Amino acid sequence: MATSLDNRIHHKRGSRQWFLGHFWTTVTWVIALFLFSPVLWMVITSFKREGSAYTDPPTLIFHPTLNEYSQVFSSGSGAGGAGAPFEHSLVVTVASVALVLLLGIPAAYALSIRPIKRWRDALFFFLATKMLPYVAAIVPIYLIAEHLGLLDNVIALIILYTGFNLPLAVWMIRSFLLEVPREVLEAARIDGAGLRTELMRVIFPMVLPGIAATALICVIFTWNEFFFAYFLTAFNAQTVPVFLSHFQSTEGEYWALLAAAATISCLPVILAGWIAQKQLVRGLSLGALK
Amino acid sequence: MATITLEHVTKVYPNGFEAVHDLNLNVADGEFMVLVGPSGCGKTTALRMVAGLEDITAGSVSIGERVVNDVSPKDRDIAMVFQNYALYPHMTVAENIGFALKLRKVPKEQIKQKVIEAAELLGLTQWVDRKPGQLSGGQRQRVAMGRAIVREPSVFLMDEPLSNLDAKLRVQMRAEISRIQRRLGVATLYVTHDQVEAMTMGDRVAVLSAGRLQQCDTPQNLYDHPTNLFVAGFMGSPAMNLFEAVVAEGATQLFIGSQAITLPSELHAVRPTLKSYAGKSIVVGIRPENLPLTDNARDSESTASPFEGHVELVEALGSELLVHFTTDAHAFEITEVMDSNAAGLADGTLTKGDAGVARVEAHTKIAAGERIRFWLNPERLHYFDRATSELIV
Repeated sequence: MATSLDNRIHHKRGSRQWFLGHFWTTVTWVIALFLFSPVLWMVITSFKREGSAYTDPPTLIFHPTLNEYSQVFSSGSGAGGAGAPFEHSLVVTVASVALVLLLGIPAAYALSIRPIKRWRDALFFFLATKMLPYVAAIVPIYLIAEHLGLLDNVIALIILYTGFNLPLAVWMIRSFLLEVPREVLEAARIDGAGLRTELMRVIFPMVLPGIAATALICVIFTWNEFFFAYFLTAFNAQTVPVFLSHFQSTEGEYWALLAAAATISCLPVILAGWIAQKQLVRGLSLGALK
Repeated sequence: MATITLEHVTKVYPNGFEAVHDLNLNVADGEFMVLVGPSGCGKTTALRMVAGLEDITAGSVSIGERVVNDVSPKDRDIAMVFQNYALYPHMTVAENIGFALKLRKVPKEQIKQKVIEAAELLGLTQWVDRKPGQLSGGQRQRVAMGRAIVREPSVFLMDEPLSNLDAKLRVQMRAEISRIQRRLGVATLYVTHDQVEAMTMGDRVAVLSAGRLQQCDTPQNLYDHPTNLFVAGFMGSPAMNLFEAVVAEGATQLFIGSQAITLPSELHAVRPTLKSYAGKSIVVGIRPENLPLTDNARDSESTASPFEGHVELVEALGSELLVHFTTDAHAFEITEVMDSNAAGLADGTLTKGDAGVARVEAHTKIAAGERIRFWLNPERLHYFDRATSELIV
């Protein structure tokens, strides 16, 4: 008697958990799809012809075409070919992220593993630059760039983006470096490692997941930055976001073309994310201690 | 192969805390020296100063003939095993063991050979291609050992290398480390808070408390002849029983609580100073095994006096019984000395203890609640000055 009652209670509890589990799974998926819907719209629209791209009600059944994609790269499209902007964005992103890591890792080291004097203040100064509103900086930056002859030049953007990303990168890498067990570094020192060996052969491999995450965030910011690129470049250094903005012309909107260009512009970021993810799943210091 | 010499070594941290005070220690070539003491006694700091991981405030550390105060860790020709192993998580076992050789630009073939030898010595052969994350605690400990021995350093430093292992593995590794150390014959400084490890592994043991060296001797001498209350209370498990006692006028008797113990003239010949304590309160120490029960003890040790107690608890360990008993005497315990300014034992480190403990033969019939009579041989007791905590000789 008691056993069957127990069973029933158990069963009831089991079905309740089953229901709750499925309920929350559904809710999560609905939210995820809702958040993803603009991206989905962009991708679908990029395969439409311009005529069916923006209709009311939306065209759901259509013949997919790569027409707009080929248009993006031909110079005959509304904003000139996408080739040059892609090249500029790639150069700016790779160069500035490389610079950020090159400068950020030693800086983070000097703020964590072998902290310099007054490292707290230094850390705050790094962060303080992030508190300045972008808009407030544009006029002086424009004037400086003009004075140095760097207007419409990728070098200006590389310097600027390195400066923007550096504080964040230093903070992030520092937090990963703090996770490196002190004893492992001491063991390396006793094993005969100098500063360079310690950094390159012990610390770097251990914090690689963290560096990958930092690099990814910097790539995303740099690739998508619009505000400064818009004011500081015209044609010689035009980046992808600025290029995309030119599809909104006075002659009317080219939605399918814009969607195709936007989709292409997402691909490098997705690729970077995919590469970084391989590193991110690795545990940080698994098995070093105990 | 080298010796380790610490001369008047002192370490004061920037916040003013004196972790090590005027430490003098000499580890002979091939000797296994254990630094033991409660946590916070400065033993790890002392080891880290030898390793070069900690600056030396005053004094000098020499390895061999060379003063190494200002020599960087990598140039000291030492190998260290850390408490938490500190393996390189991104390298395989073989790479971990061979890393130091690789940095010294030893030819690849030679590294491979040495790694294989070390792996065989430590029973790691089948794990050499694994990463530390895939190993058990005991295996990681062996890798850490392998990393140290493969370098053939002139000095081994070990910082509580067994404290993260379970009890069984600890006993096994204890023997293994001793075996390897004897085989390699390298001077070793080994830090532990476990007095059993210290007793079983060390050629000599240095007992530290509050940053000060209390006594440095062979394990047996430390156990038999502790020179102060701290060493007496720290070495040995169960610990030495410490009771408040009063030396009677004329110093022919000693009162432990209300019970009188006769002090024969032979004792005064061995401990002449004891006479000067007549009428004064001292601390008397009795090892648990020096509390025999039988009358046989009385026959063989004619100077023995009876000493009675009330049995509180009997613990059967199989091989022996631990009898916890109370008397009307004040019992003391040694608590950790954290104050670095204390010379030996300071006030307050002798706290009121509970019961005394006797180690008796396994098949003795005793039950809690009974009265028990031991036979105390005054020559086997340890007499300490209450104020200075030093042994009365």
